[in-house]
Amino acid sequence: MINLESIPIQAFLIVSSVLFCIGIWGLLNSRNAVRVLMSIELMLNAVNINLMAFSSYIDNNLIQGQVFTIFVITVAAAEAAVGLAILLSLYRNRVTVDMESFNLLKW
Amino acid sequence: MSIAITTQFICFTILSLVILIGALGVVLLESIVYSAFLLGGVFMSVAGLYLLLNASFVAAAQVLVYVGAVNVLIIFAIMLVNKKEDLKPINDIKSRRIISTSICLTLLSLLIRVDLTNVWSLSSPENSIGEESTIRIGEHLFSDYLLPFEVASVLLLMAMIGAIVLARRDVMSKDISTGLPVNQELIEKSSEPLLTNKN
Repeated sequence: MINLESIPIQAFLIVSSVLFCIGIWGLLNSRNAVRVLMSIELMLNAVNINLMAFSSYIDNNLIQGQVFTIFVITVAAAEAAVGLAILLSLYRNRVTVDMESFNLLKW
Repeated sequence: MSIAITTQFICFTILSLVILIGALGVVLLESIVYSAFLLGGVFMSVAGLYLLLNASFVAAAQVLVYVGAVNVLIIFAIMLVNKKEDLKPINDIKSRRIISTSICLTLLSLLIRVDLTNVWSLSSPENSIGEESTIRIGEHLFSDYLLPFEVASVLLLMAMIGAIVLARRDVMSKDISTGLPVNQELIEKSSEPLLTNKN
């Protein structure tokens, strides 16, 4: 069994914070719609690392964080499938994946 | 089985570096295909971190769902929409970059400050469940998390139907082999792209 005395919980939390911010930066700055979806996946993974770290360090007998992580993975899979389907149907109507051209809802 | 403390530290450092550098590559690289493969590497390294945290079941689920399903789906989407196009330049791109980068850095500093200053009430390692975590997850899923577990199956069914409806291609009006008209009552009619010419 691995004991976690050597690595402090802050190390995991900082890795997940940096990963989350990289995801937000990519979400705001990408012009390719597929890259936006990838950034969302990065952010979901950052949240999962956070949940797993808390589950192992703070709630290490009941491990409810791991159950939450499994639900997040489920929802992320559904989100990726629907997001890419929306992207494909957008591409069929506009023949581009440039985020700047998806301004139908702009008034 | 126990791993030496130095080995744990080295594993954690390598996995974190792969995650962070890979994530930077995902958002910064010019080629979207390289980004997709780097994303697979990031998902694998996150699974490695889960193994380091004694969670073998979640690590396996991460590899199966993220690397095996989501990443492959993204690569297929890239294959379907991969058209070289010259993006129109944006006028205020510089100010946008500055604003978004400063927002991200502010959020990052806030999060790191919370991570470092908060006093986490760590539980003692004696009552850690360790490698029995798969058994405990099964107990949770069939007792106190039973309703979310069942709702998740409905959600997956709805996502599957929604994805099929949204991404369905227009079918041809004639059967290729027989030449007879195809019954299209339940199928979307073929149509031109609707919105191509509007700005």
